[in-house]
Amino acid sequence: MSHPSPILFAALPEVSVDAWIVLTGAATNVACALVGCFLVLRRMSLMGDAISHAVLPGLVVAFLFSGSLSIVPLFVGAAVVGLLTTFLTQSLHQYARVPSDASMGVVFTSLFALGVVLLKYNVSGVHFDVACVYEGALEYVPFAEPVLGLPRPLFTTLVVLVVNLAVLVLLWKELKVSSFDESLASTMGFSATAMHYLLMMLVAMTTVASFEAVGSILVVAMLIVPAATAHLLCDRLGTMVILSAIVGIAAAVLGYLAGSWFDTNFAGMMTVAAGVLYALAVLLSPRYGLISTLVRNLKMSLRVLRDDLLAMLYRVEELSSEKPLSPANALQAVGGGWLAQWGLAGLVRGGQIESRGDRLQLTDAGRDLARNLVRSHRLWETYLVEHLGLPLDHVHEPAHRVEHYIDEHLQRELQAEVDATAGDPHGREIPE
Amino acid sequence: MSGLSLSEKVMIGTSLLGGMSGVVGSFAVLRRRALVGDMLSHAALPGVCLAFLVLGNRDLLGLSLGALATGLLAIATVTVIVRWTRTKEDAAIGIVLSTFFGVGVVLLSVIQKPGVSGNKAGLNSYLFGEPANMLTGDLYLLAIVAAVTLLTVALLYKEFQLVSFDADFAQTQGWPTLRLDLAMMAALAVVTIVGLPIVGVILMAAMIILPAATARFWTNRLPVMLLLAGALGVAAGLIGTKLGRDLPAGATIVLTAAAMFVFSLLFAPQRGVVARILAEWNLRQRISREHLLRSLYELGETQLPQVAVLPVEQLQAYRYWKPRSLEKLLQWAVGKDLIKLVDAHAQLTPLGLRRAADLTKVHRLWEMYLMQHADIAADHVDRDADETEHLLPETVLVELEQHLADEGRLPRSLPEVPESPHELEAPRET
Repeated sequence: MSHPSPILFAALPEVSVDAWIVLTGAATNVACALVGCFLVLRRMSLMGDAISHAVLPGLVVAFLFSGSLSIVPLFVGAAVVGLLTTFLTQSLHQYARVPSDASMGVVFTSLFALGVVLLKYNVSGVHFDVACVYEGALEYVPFAEPVLGLPRPLFTTLVVLVVNLAVLVLLWKELKVSSFDESLASTMGFSATAMHYLLMMLVAMTTVASFEAVGSILVVAMLIVPAATAHLLCDRLGTMVILSAIVGIAAAVLGYLAGSWFDTNFAGMMTVAAGVLYALAVLLSPRYGLISTLVRNLKMSLRVLRDDLLAMLYRVEELSSEKPLSPANALQAVGGGWLAQWGLAGLVRGGQIESRGDRLQLTDAGRDLARNLVRSHRLWETYLVEHLGLPLDHVHEPAHRVEHYIDEHLQRELQAEVDATAGDPHGREIPE
Repeated sequence: MSGLSLSEKVMIGTSLLGGMSGVVGSFAVLRRRALVGDMLSHAALPGVCLAFLVLGNRDLLGLSLGALATGLLAIATVTVIVRWTRTKEDAAIGIVLSTFFGVGVVLLSVIQKPGVSGNKAGLNSYLFGEPANMLTGDLYLLAIVAAVTLLTVALLYKEFQLVSFDADFAQTQGWPTLRLDLAMMAALAVVTIVGLPIVGVILMAAMIILPAATARFWTNRLPVMLLLAGALGVAAGLIGTKLGRDLPAGATIVLTAAAMFVFSLLFAPQRGVVARILAEWNLRQRISREHLLRSLYELGETQLPQVAVLPVEQLQAYRYWKPRSLEKLLQWAVGKDLIKLVDAHAQLTPLGLRRAADLTKVHRLWEMYLMQHADIAADHVDRDADETEHLLPETVLVELEQHLADEGRLPRSLPEVPESPHELEAPRET
């Protein structure tokens, strides 16, 4: 990293170059995450991508009119084109019946092409580098002219952050209701369409404010990735917004660290960091993560396997068969495989089953558990036959599935409904 | 082919690209996967950079293979995310698009460090498109890809058609929908990636969507749409390159395609905006004309068989017409000889009476039907009948009439036709 020019830097408070970069990245990410949550929930994530490309002609026209790259005209131009993009996309979908994804694609790519041509025709010699818009120049933020003691890109981003926050706080209920249920919003007396346009305007302004510092790619990522990450971690909108802001900040810090470690583009690294955080959430989220889902499924399979083994041994005992049930036979009967072995080993270790030579036998504790299961099974079978009139050969399968979930309370209710003393429909005794 | 000038090469290249984008784009648009092209063109960047780092040159084939690898990886990632997490498809596309592009940006900054050798200038053009860099070899590559893509589409035409329109049905019929989907996406990926160095990232996404969406306006048949989209793509390539002499060719090609889209949006015969507005206007016109005649009949009904002379004011109050539109309607009716208008009083002519009676009959038939079969209260049916009566096809009317006649609720089931004044030929025995 090159050293800052002393004159410019003297105007800034005593904050290191690194801190300005991280602060700017974090401010951008939070500003984006706040509106991004609503985009993701409304299934319009790609609107961020669309608007961030479509604003190009707006920026060029604003530049032509104002003759400068100062931020206010650029904001106005971007907001207008942002609204135009939204309006055109909606109208194409609604009135010309173009599928919604195609209409978005048509609008933003055409506007972008228009922007490229306008740029080439009218703007020459000005630093309006398309590549720079993509990749951003976070490295140069600390050396930008200071506004109120802050580097200009950071200042503009903070302004947008405050605006986004204010809109969210003031219109929280309206945004929330219109995101989840448009018709409810209409019946409650406010326009879901107005909320939609407001949100799109915020997206457009956030996009433009962030261009200068971080480039469009980080903006597009930050509108979607932190919000999607938070969506994997919680079920409440308030929590989701806060979590997404935290993910945004974390991505900025981690991206900065990785960027300076490898000495590469910071904005790109922050995007990658956000992607990694999302991947971690996909794997590790307590409720929706792949690993916790896998563990949950495994636990459930194991429980069902154990129940099946116990119940099978109970039935063998009940028949007072002389033929011993060997571990190999038992495993084969429940489907075999390493999971079955694991289940059986657990039962032996837990003292529910004894293995004597080549013969499996229930212990007293195991017999109690097994009796309870068989009771659930037969109560359910009886209930199905007596109350739903299912034929005899159709009740074992459903009872076999549901027996694992019948607790004491349900057993009592079932018993009240059926005549348990008469045995189950197959003529077997229902154990107490 | 090496005898061609650069501009000829560029034209051939862009039109080849336009043609095949139109064809594969049609399936993408129909399958609601239009933005996959956008994702693919972003996801190609890391592949391009990796290939460059490995090969050390900007050989189109090498870079394209790298791009194809990461493009396919991106498609697989989106499929996995949608299948196994609660993240929805749009967010999944966005996440993959931006993260892959972020990786690409990082790799690009690695490449741009002084230590890395090779001609880096060509790499930026890969992102933003520079048709003027086209070599004869690139042209061969484009031609081969076009031939392979078209052949794939031709061979898997029936399967693609099925999956595009009704994937669930395809699945129940035992087609491997996942593999077919992937084949479709792979074709899209190949086209996108060979197109990138010509028109650039964003504009490649446009080439996928625009010709297909344009063609959709003109036809409801897939083969026609495919041919048309291909032709529009070729045309956009040719015209755009011609126009874009000193402008970025990618942008002018897309703007040409966009102009075609807007033209079709406005002027396509059935789905175009103008045609639809006209059709709606005609319908409205017909409805208010029918309302006028029925109002005249209903207001004068008590005086039948004498035809009532009704003040226009009364007519206006009856249906809350705006004075101006009522005036226009009356003018029309006078012109058609349906009414006589004297001193702001209107009277149906015999022709007008006949029409009005017919219309009123339709209205009442429908009201009766609604009361009887849809259990709608008598004081509610007027409104519903009002909205539907104009759209009832003749066959339904005849059926309604027959139905009510069978139950003896229709006074006369046969039209009044006087007896023939002459002898009729007796029906021949066969």
